[in-house]
Amino acid sequence: MSGDSRLLGFWYVLPYLIGLLVFTAIPFLGSLYLSFTDYRLMQGMDFVGLQNYTDILTSDRTFARSFKVTMLFVALTVPLKLAFALFIASILNAKLKGIGFFRTAYYVPSILGGSIAVAVLWRYMFADVGMVNMVLTGLGFKAINWFGNPGTALFTITLLRLWQFGSAMVIFLAALQSIDKSLYEAAAIDGAKPWRAFFAVTLPLLTPVIFFNLIMQMVQAFQEFNGPYVITSGGPLKSTYLLPLYIYEMAFKKFDMGYASAIAWVLFTVIMALTLIAFWSSKYWVYYAGDKRS
Amino acid sequence: MSDSIIHSDDKAIEEAERYLAAQKRRENISLAIRYTILTIVGLIMLYPLIWLVGASFMTNEEIFGGVGFMPTNPVMDGYAEGWQTSTPYTFGRFFWNTFLIIAPKTICTVISCTVVAYGFARFDFPGKKILFAAVIGTLLLPNVVTRIPQYMLFNELGWLDSYLPLWVPSAFAGDAFFVFLLLQFLRSIPRDMEEAARVDGATSFQALIYVVVPMLVPAMISVGLFQFMWTMDDFLGPLIYISSVEKFPVSLALKLSIDTAESFEWNRILAMSVLTLLPSLLVFFMSQKYFVEGISAGGVKG
Repeated sequence: MSGDSRLLGFWYVLPYLIGLLVFTAIPFLGSLYLSFTDYRLMQGMDFVGLQNYTDILTSDRTFARSFKVTMLFVALTVPLKLAFALFIASILNAKLKGIGFFRTAYYVPSILGGSIAVAVLWRYMFADVGMVNMVLTGLGFKAINWFGNPGTALFTITLLRLWQFGSAMVIFLAALQSIDKSLYEAAAIDGAKPWRAFFAVTLPLLTPVIFFNLIMQMVQAFQEFNGPYVITSGGPLKSTYLLPLYIYEMAFKKFDMGYASAIAWVLFTVIMALTLIAFWSSKYWVYYAGDKRS
Repeated sequence: MSDSIIHSDDKAIEEAERYLAAQKRRENISLAIRYTILTIVGLIMLYPLIWLVGASFMTNEEIFGGVGFMPTNPVMDGYAEGWQTSTPYTFGRFFWNTFLIIAPKTICTVISCTVVAYGFARFDFPGKKILFAAVIGTLLLPNVVTRIPQYMLFNELGWLDSYLPLWVPSAFAGDAFFVFLLLQFLRSIPRDMEEAARVDGATSFQALIYVVVPMLVPAMISVGLFQFMWTMDDFLGPLIYISSVEKFPVSLALKLSIDTAESFEWNRILAMSVLTLLPSLLVFFMSQKYFVEGISAGGVKG
C-alpha cells in the first residue's frame, strides 16, 4: 500500500472519531468534572471538590435507599434471567418439531419489552382491579396490593425484565446447538447420566456465552429506567426508586447537574468495578475451547 | 449346541430390542415433558399480549369484569376515543412525529456505520488499534455518565425541544454496536472482487458503493431494523429533550395519557398501546431472518 492509502482508511472512520470525541469522550470527562462542582443549569458553577461525593456517601438517605434497591434489583434480575434463559434454551435444544415457533414466541417479549406500551400493560395487569388479581381471586387466593408493598412492587418490575429473557435465550440456544454431539456420546459411553453430562460437558462449554450474557445483562439492569418510571413511579416508599430515576430527577427536574453527575459517577464506578471483577474472575471459570486448561 | 447358540442369539436380539424400546420410551417421555413445559411457559408469557389485544376491543365494564381475552361484543370505542386523546392532537400526529424521529435516525445510522465499518475492515491507518478499542469500550459504556453533559451541549446549541439531539449522534456512527455488527459481516466477505475493481481503476469509495454495499445489504437491513425498533422503544431520549406536546412521539404520548384523566379509560389506553406495539411487531415478523442473522453475528441487548 502506498503512503496515501495509509491515510485513506482514516477518512472513512473520521465520522466515528468526531462522534466519539464530541458525544462520548468529552461528555465523559465533562461529567467527571461536573461531579466536583455545584452547578445548576443557568446559574454559576462553583468548584466544590469532593463535597458532592461526601454528601452522597454520608448524609444522603435517598441515595442510600436507592443504592440498596438498585443492588437488590440487579442481584435478583440478572441471575434469575440467565438461569431461566438457559433452562428454556436447554429444553428447546432437542429434535423438536416446531422449535422455530417456540423460539419466536419466546423472543417476541424481548422485541416489545422495551416499549413504553408494555410498561403500561404491566401497570394495568398488576393494578388492584387488574388481570393478575382477578386470576388470584378466581383461584381462591386473596388479591394483592402489588404497588402498595415495597416487596411486591419491586417484584413487578423484576418480572417485567425476566419476561424478556428471549434475547439471552436465543444466544444460549445458538451456543448449545454448536456443541459437538460426539462429546455427549463419549460421556454416555463413560456412563454419565444426562444431568451429569449437563454439568460436566454442557455448562463448561457454555461459560463464554454465560460470561457475555452476564456482562450485557448486568450493565443493562443497572440502567433500568422505563419500568420503575412508568409502572411504580419509584414507589411505594422509594422501594423501586432505582439510581437512574434518582439521577434523572436530580438532573432534569431539579437541574442540579453537579450533584446528579456525582451520583452517575458512583453508579458508573460500581458497574465498572463489577465488570472488572467479572473479567478478572473469568480466568477461573470461563472455559475457551482449544485452551490448554481442562 | 447350534440350537443353544441360536437360542442365545434370539435372547440377545430380544434383549437389544427391549433396550431400544426402553430408550425410545424414555425419549418419548422426555419429548412430552419438553413440549408440556414449553407450552405452559409459552402460554403464560404470551397471555399478557393476547389479553392486551383482546381487552382493547372491550368496553371498560367488560375489562373489569373478568380475565378472559375474548371480547363478547367487540367494540372499537377504545380505538376511536383513544385516537382523539385529551390533547389538541390525535394519535396520528404522534405517530407522524415518531416517524420524523425514526426515518432520519435510521438512515443516518446505516450510512455512517457502513462507512466506518468499511474503514476499519479494509484499511490500516495510524491509531486504528486505539480507535477500535474505543468501539469495543463504548459498547460497554453506560450512557448514564455521558447524558448530562450531552444535554448541556445540546442546550448550548439551542437544540432542546427539537429532534436534532436524537438524530445527530447517529450521523457520526454513535451506536458502536452497529459498527461492530457490520464489521463482523464485512470480515466474512472476501476481498477478491474489491481488489479486482481497484485494479480496474475504481477508487476505494467506488469499490464500497458498487462492490461492498450490494453484498452487505442484508447486514445493513439488520442494522436498520434494530435501529428502527430501538428508536420506536426509546423513551428516555424524548423524555429529556422533547418538551412540547405537539412534538411528542408515541412513547411520550402514551405516558401522558396514563397521567391524565384518561387513565380511568382503560380501553382507550390499551387500544393505543396495541397501536404502539404494532409497527415493531409487523417489522419483526416480516423480517425475522435478518434479526436472526444480526443476533448470531453480534449478540444483542434486550
